[in-house]
Amino acid sequence: MTAMRRFLASGWLSTYAFLYVVFLYLPVIFLPIFSVNSAATPKFPLSGFTLKWYEDLPRTPALLDAAWNSLVVGVSASILSTVLGILAARSITRYRYPGRRAINGLIMAPLVLPEIIVAISMLLVILQLGLSLSLFTIVLGHVLICIPYSMTVLTAGFEGFDRSLEEASADLGESAFGTFRRVTLPMVAPAIISSLLVCFTISLDEFIIAFFLTGTEATLPIYIWGQLRFASKLPGVLALGTLLLAASFLLMTIAEILRRRAARRTQNEGGLHA
Amino acid sequence: MTAAAEGSPTFGTTRARRNALLQSEPVQGFALISPTFLYALVLLVLPILVVVAHSFWTQNYLTIDRTFTLENYRVALTEPIYRDLLWRSLYISLMVSFFTVVLAYPIAYFISFHGGRHKSLWLFLITIPFWTSYLLRVMSWKVILGYNGVLNSGLMGLGVIDEPSTALLYNSSAVIITLTHAWAAFAILPIFVSLEKIDRTLVEAAKDLGDGPIRSFLRVTLPLSTPGIISAALIVMIPTVGDYVTPKLVGGKDGVMIANAIQAQFGKASNWPLGAALSVTTMLIVTLMAGATVLIIRAAQRLAR
Repeated sequence: MTAMRRFLASGWLSTYAFLYVVFLYLPVIFLPIFSVNSAATPKFPLSGFTLKWYEDLPRTPALLDAAWNSLVVGVSASILSTVLGILAARSITRYRYPGRRAINGLIMAPLVLPEIIVAISMLLVILQLGLSLSLFTIVLGHVLICIPYSMTVLTAGFEGFDRSLEEASADLGESAFGTFRRVTLPMVAPAIISSLLVCFTISLDEFIIAFFLTGTEATLPIYIWGQLRFASKLPGVLALGTLLLAASFLLMTIAEILRRRAARRTQNEGGLHA
Repeated sequence: MTAAAEGSPTFGTTRARRNALLQSEPVQGFALISPTFLYALVLLVLPILVVVAHSFWTQNYLTIDRTFTLENYRVALTEPIYRDLLWRSLYISLMVSFFTVVLAYPIAYFISFHGGRHKSLWLFLITIPFWTSYLLRVMSWKVILGYNGVLNSGLMGLGVIDEPSTALLYNSSAVIITLTHAWAAFAILPIFVSLEKIDRTLVEAAKDLGDGPIRSFLRVTLPLSTPGIISAALIVMIPTVGDYVTPKLVGGKDGVMIANAIQAQFGKASNWPLGAALSVTTMLIVTLMAGATVLIIRAAQRLAR
């Protein structure tokens, strides 16, 4: 009730907050609206409900290939970046050593660099080494930009983790690996799954790096980019876009729920045993 | 450790010492982070050094001439086309970071001071569109602002305008609007974090000492949240200067940005050294602009007190 009263008391601020959320969501909502509209151009008034644009999707081989490529790239990138993220997050939260902040800064740097800089610099090196561009090179790029997000999720999950639990396990005769597997891992599992989901979503939606580092194979965003040149293909793109939006939304919601559970778990159980 | 102690007594001490070193905190911590650190070195630092090196070289058809030259930088800085693109990119990223910060601040303030128990729900609600595909969000603005788009057809349906306006799409304003929308959530988080850190008793003290809500906000809350404002501005400014998708989709001829020129050098024009020099120049200038922004915000903060 106090929350409600405070919400109402804040007057113009809450009105602004409401308008802001509308501003954030409104553009995105037009995609699903026009994806079920029977007209081929997205304009008002709406001409009628149809699902034909969705029905056409599974009949497009190029799209199915792109979806498969996205899945392969997304799964590989999310696993690799989460493994590298676990090592780094564990090191950052558990140990103190010189250069720790500088290394952390370097690992987080892709977060604030223009993606085109990351993309062209990797492209130059790959071409210089004479490697051919493929899905593998996209994975390399995606891992680089996913690690900062993975680190953010994981350090939050690892912090507040009670070290005395691990020490107790070691005192009771567990090996370092046994302690990690039986004590540490169960505590941080939600954060790890959350990191996997976040990284998969980023990879699934990422365009610039994939665009520069791809050979002949397309991921879904590259496929969409190619289709945007043809006005007649727009409804199909809107339908595909709606499915991608729904996937991102779903994955991020699960990731958020797990992230919160992870935070609660490390805090509560740490508190219980302290 | 136990294995070392049980080992041969002559080597026991050196082995124990070596083990102690291997088990020391710095070594273990560094060993643990080294794979990720190496990954970033090999795939980020090394490539950027290669770009910097290329920017001093020249290209003859397909071979790279590795004699040192500043010619690419002369072209990047003096050729009117690149100079204009660079200025426009800086202008757009400055505008976008200004608008995102100004629009984001009240939201961050609202969530931090009036969010109550639902703070994390609000944050989730606001950040979720950010996680959806960037390409799709830009595309939806194209759908909205286009000649036959949502806004034009909507306004015509309402009788506000008689024929579709061409002023909405394919100019730098369309780029600014789209980017402001795309980066909105990113600016909220750092401001929110810095507002959360403010000791609420300070705000109460200001009020007890007779400051009204506006004065206490201007003299206590706003100055204390400056670090958040600065990081929000930078976190938007630096990536947007190199944006490629938005100018390509909604910018048209008047909204082209430097990233489009860089891409052309690595694609059709195939002049890697010039592309590299354009990238390095862009990064250096945006770093300078970011530094200047930090100084200006800090100076403004000092004046406010």
